[in-house]
This record gives sequence, structure tokens and C-alpha cells, in this order.
Amino acid sequence: MSQISLASRQAAKPAAEIAVRTRDVSKNYGSVEALKKLSLDFPRGQLTSLLGPSGCGKTTLLKIIAGLIPPTSGEVEVNGKTVTGPGPDRAFVFQDFALLPWATVLRNVAFGLELRGVAQSEREDIAAKYIRDVGLAGFETSYPHQLSGGMRQRVGLARALSVDAEVLLMDEPFSAVDEQTRRKFQEDLLTLVANENKTFIFVTHSIEEAVYVSDQIAILLPRPSRVSEVIRPTGIREKGTENIRRDPEYLDTVDRIWASLRSYVE
Amino acid sequence: MPSRSFLLKVLSSAIVFGAWEIAGRIPVSYAFPTFLESMQALVALTLDGTLFAAYAETLRPLVLGVLISSFLGIALGLWIGLSARFDWLFSPIFIVMQAAPLAALIPLLVMAYGIGLTSKVFVVCIMAMPVIVLNTAGAVRNTPSSLKEMARAFLGSRRDVILKVILPAASPIIFSGLRLGISAGFIGAILSELKITPTGVGDIITYSRSIADYPSMYAAIFSIILLAVLFLNLLEKIELHLFRGNNRGYVTD
Amino acid sequence: MKLFGHRLPDMSSLILWGLLWEIVGRLGVTFFIPPLSAVFVTLIEIIGTPAFLKALGETAYAFSVGVLAAVVIGVPTGIMMGKSRLLDELLLPWVNIFLSAPLTALVPVLMVLFGFGMKSIIITTALFAIWIIILNARAGVMQINRSLVEMARCFGASPLDAFAKVYFWAALPEILSGVRIGVIRAVKGVIIGQLLISIVGFGALFELYSANFLMTHFWAVLIVLFAMAFSISELLAYLERRVSYYAAKR
Repeated sequence: MSQISLASRQAAKPAAEIAVRTRDVSKNYGSVEALKKLSLDFPRGQLTSLLGPSGCGKTTLLKIIAGLIPPTSGEVEVNGKTVTGPGPDRAFVFQDFALLPWATVLRNVAFGLELRGVAQSEREDIAAKYIRDVGLAGFETSYPHQLSGGMRQRVGLARALSVDAEVLLMDEPFSAVDEQTRRKFQEDLLTLVANENKTFIFVTHSIEEAVYVSDQIAILLPRPSRVSEVIRPTGIREKGTENIRRDPEYLDTVDRIWASLRSYVE
Repeated sequence: MPSRSFLLKVLSSAIVFGAWEIAGRIPVSYAFPTFLESMQALVALTLDGTLFAAYAETLRPLVLGVLISSFLGIALGLWIGLSARFDWLFSPIFIVMQAAPLAALIPLLVMAYGIGLTSKVFVVCIMAMPVIVLNTAGAVRNTPSSLKEMARAFLGSRRDVILKVILPAASPIIFSGLRLGISAGFIGAILSELKITPTGVGDIITYSRSIADYPSMYAAIFSIILLAVLFLNLLEKIELHLFRGNNRGYVTD
Repeated sequence: MKLFGHRLPDMSSLILWGLLWEIVGRLGVTFFIPPLSAVFVTLIEIIGTPAFLKALGETAYAFSVGVLAAVVIGVPTGIMMGKSRLLDELLLPWVNIFLSAPLTALVPVLMVLFGFGMKSIIITTALFAIWIIILNARAGVMQINRSLVEMARCFGASPLDAFAKVYFWAALPEILSGVRIGVIRAVKGVIIGQLLISIVGFGALFELYSANFLMTHFWAVLIVLFAMAFSISELLAYLERRVSYYAAKR
């Protein structure tokens, strides 16, 4: 990945520091090779997308980084330490939200802290702050089934933020919400990346979404999954959230990625 | 203004009880008392206290049996649901028990434990247990995997995952298993009173049949069915109230 | 569960339990548990005897007539309830009541009304089976996808056509699952009926064996009964799975 140009909006920051690194990660399910010798670096403070057609192992890779599934071989390092299981340095946002249906928004958001043994009043204070941050103030006592899909994912996001992990792992977080909500989420995500010094790893199958939100896009190809290309869109971000989609570089990048992926679509 | 569904319920009861009354008046059989005669007998049995004494007797094995099968059944179901090894070992027994006519064991239980309370409690247990165990095990096994992953990703210990995710997620189905178990327990309790020794409500039924006091017999049967139905409906209401929205809220709804 | 990398078949642990039974029986822990092998020997002895065949025949007869009656009455009733709101509101409370009611309590009534014989047992069997069959047929009709109903109308299906070619098939998975549960309940019903009216079928055999303390005979009959009940329920579950492939995708 060293040949990739490092010029980006983070040019001001020392962008080269690596927060998460996977080394030769392979994962086999029986005789099926889901991932093969996959090596990838994730720079600190930036958002890296894992993009690829379905079945390319993006989610598998993300769950290996999360420590939810062990790799068959190879290893994952977070801040130089090898991952052996889930840890406090990483938080996960689930595609299907994974909210407890029997718990209120407040308890759901505080659940990560609850599992860490934080005292009730303290964790609820923290949760309430993040509920406000994601724009759900007033819904603290609602239950998940009373919320729309978009609001549920905001709960999932607030839960991940409230444990204050350095690395945020997002598994197709916006795929189950409608298009308008999705666009709003993408804009909010850019603000989040800019304001919080966290490392984001973002799985998506939408090319437009990846180009819109990412500092770095890793294109994964299937069977067995490998990194075919790492693209770093430069100069898009300065245009401001509302102009990105009209930017020639944005459009070119989307086209280029589609050109390289189209042959893999059945 | 009462609602349409309430009016229809009243109408529906009127039709059924009316038909009972008319059939009793024809009469379709010498052993078929009218609805009103049966209700009179029910009032008489209630007023002279016979019914209360009988229920005190009948409910003892039922309550004991249901309590034992609930504790044992949920514990066993949890164990089976969490461990593939115990699943392999114990599930087949309960699957066979679920399908099998366990009532056939009653003569054996009577030989082994006599005609007392023990046998009756046993009957209630073998009827109520399988559905409680299988429901619990199934619910535990089918906890949405994303919830379990979530709890692990946020550093939940094994204990946390079981207590804070698996059990609450499984509780609606465990509860409905309990309800079905109690329903089967009622069958067992009455069966044992009719088959093993006539005590309690079974005694009223058997005795009034032997002296051809059919209204009392019908009254006793009516009362036990009414009791079971009311109690089970109450449980269902509680269930709906407790777990409202519990199965919704996933992305697939 | 897996052992040395091989998946053990689902019900294989029963062999282990059978062995345990044999050991307990051999040890002579209790008079009530004879060795499993002795039970099987007895099983082979009695399986051809006229007494056993008579019990089996009577039970099978009561069972099949009862189930048939429950299906023939239950399925159309359920379908009609699914189609007519008035009928549904009139009947549903009763179906629900009898579904959860301890029907055992009704057996004495049946005995005085229909005598101590086959008729009462058949009615008991049907009573155990019918309510869930009605309820499931009703649920099957009610959940038919609206667009499927509209499709049938758009393409000009006559009511009869729509019924025979669309509604029935669309509701079939539910109907079958109702029949399966109904049949399992019927097995229990037929045995409960025979236990209480213990002069026919296996009820009479049980009386005879327990009066004479013939433990191996007793267990042999129990094993036959349990095995048959289990086979019936598995067979129906298999049939149901064959139709349910489209149940999820309607």
C-alpha cells in the first residue's frame, strides 16, 4: 500500500500513523476460502471503506478485526497489539442494529458501558449525552419497536460512541435505512470523522457511499477475498458535503471503481 | 355502547348455552341435564362449600407439579439450548415425550408410587415438562446471533450474555412454554383424579355420576374447564402485556 | 453434536439411554424397570398374539376415524371462519376455549352419553384433534397474501377456481401443520380415552398387565405405542417440510 499517495484532507495531520493493521489474514470455512492472505493498513483518524460485491468477505474481515471470529491464519493488530478477542479499543455498529427489543433507548445506548461495569447513574449520564448528539433527545424512554429504522441505527451509533473506543467498526450500517435517511447519515458521518479523532472502518456495497464518505477505499474481490486496489480520493473533501456529488473527481472515482467491479457482478 | 365484538360474544354464548338448554329439555339423553339445572347445581356446590374443598384438593398436585416442572424444565432447557452436547444427549428424550401419549405411563406410576399425591404430581410433571423444556431450549438456541455478537463485541462476559441477552430474548417463548405446560398439567391433574383415585373435582364427577346426579357432574366439569380457561387466558394477557414489542424491533420486521 | 469430526445423527443418543436402561435393569435396581433386552424379547413374543393385534386394531380404528372426522369437519370450518368475519367472531372464542381446556374432564360426559365403548373413544380422539386444525386452517386462509387474491381476480378466476387453485394451496402449509399437531394430540386423546374407558384396546391390555404385574409386557406395549406415535409425528413433519418450501416465500 506504500505506493498510494498520502495527499488528502488529512494532509495537515501526520496521516501515516497506522491504527489497525491486518497481516496475511486468511479465513477458511471448511474447504471454502473466505479470505486469503489479506493485508491492509487503516490510518488513524481516517475512514477506510471495505467495498466489494456481496460474498467478498468484507463483513468477515470486519468481524475478525472486531475479534468476534478468529482468523484461520494471520493476525490483526490494533495499536500494535495483536487482537485475540473483542476489546475496549473497538466498538461495533451492526447492520441490523442489534438493539435489545426489551430495553429502552437509554438502556440500549448505555448497554456497552453496562457490560463494562460502569455504575448506573454514570453510564446513563454518558448515554444521555450521546443520545442528544445523535439527535434522539426526547426518545430516551422509547423502545426500539417504536422507532423508525433510521432512528434505530442512531441508537446503535450512540451505543458505539458512548464506550469511547478508538476504532469504530461499521458493518453496512446504512443499508437497512431508506435513501433520504441514508444521505443524512452519510453527511453526519463526515462531520463525525472530522470532529472525533477516531479510526473508522466502514463496510459497504455502495460505490457512491464509499467514495462519498471515505479517505481510503479498499476494493475487495471475491472467491477468495483479496484486496485488488486501494483508492484514496484526494481533493474531494474540501468541496463541502453538499458539493461532493457534483465534483468531477467524485464522479470519475465512482466510474473507475464500477469499471473494475462490473465483471464480478453476476 | 358495547362494541360489536362484545355483542357477538354474548350472542355466541347465548346460542351455545341456549342449544344446551333446549337439548337438555328434549332431552337428547337421560344423562343430559339442561344448562339451567347444571348452573343451579353449580351454585349449590359453591354455596355448601363442596367446590372449594374439592379445588383445594385438586389444585395441590397441579400447583406442585407445575412448580417442579417449571424449575426443572427451564433449567434443563437452558442447559440444552446452550450446550450442543446436552442438546444431543437430552433433546431426543423430550422430543419423544412430546409426541408420545405419556398418559399410558399412569398405570405404571400407580404401581410404583401408589395412589397418593406422589403419583399425581408425577402425572402433572410428565405432562407439563416436555413442552417447557423444548420451548426453553429452542428459544435459547434461536437467540438472534447479532444480539449475541453485539454483547460480545461490547465485552460482555459469558454470564452477561446469558443473563442480559439470551434469557431476556428467550423469555417470551419460555413463558408461552410455561403456559402450554400448565395447560397440559391441567389435563394431567384431572386425568389422575379420574384414573388414579377420585379426589377433589374428580371425586365430585365420579360420585355424582354413580348416583346419577348429572347436573352436579356437569357443573363440576363446567367449573374445572372454566377455571382452566380463565387462568390460561389470564396468563396469555400477562404474556402480551409483559412482552409487548419484544419480538419486534429487529430489522426484519 | 460432533465426535472426532463426525456428526452424530440427531436421535443417536437414544442408543445411549437404551444402554443405561439395560444396565439399570440388569442391576435389578427396581422391579419396575426390567432390562431393555427382556422387554424386546417380550415385545417379539406378544406382537403377533391375538390380544395385542386386537388392541392395536381397535386403537388404530378409533384413531383413524377420530382424526378423519376432525379433518373433515375442522378444515372446512376453519376455512369458512377465515373467510367470514361474522362466523369467525361467533366461533373463535369457543375454539380458543376448547383448545386450551382440559378435555379429559369431558370424557366422563361422553361415557354417560355414548356408553363405555368405541364411540366415546372416537369422539374423545376427534375432540383432542379438531380445535387446532380449525385454528390453523383459519390462520392459513387469513394470512393469504392480498396481492395473490388480487392477482386471482385480475386474471379473471371464478370464485371456485380461485378457491381450488389459489386459496387452498396458499393456506396448505398452515392447514398441514394444524393437521400434524392435531394428529399428535389425537394420539394422546385416543390413549387417554382408552385409559378412562378401560375395556377396549390398549386400555384393556394395560389393566390386564398391571393387575398381573407383568412389567416386561407393560413396557413392551409402551415402547410400541411411543415408537408409533413418534413415527407418525415425524412422518407428518416430513410431509410438512415438503410443502413448506414455499411457505416462507409467499
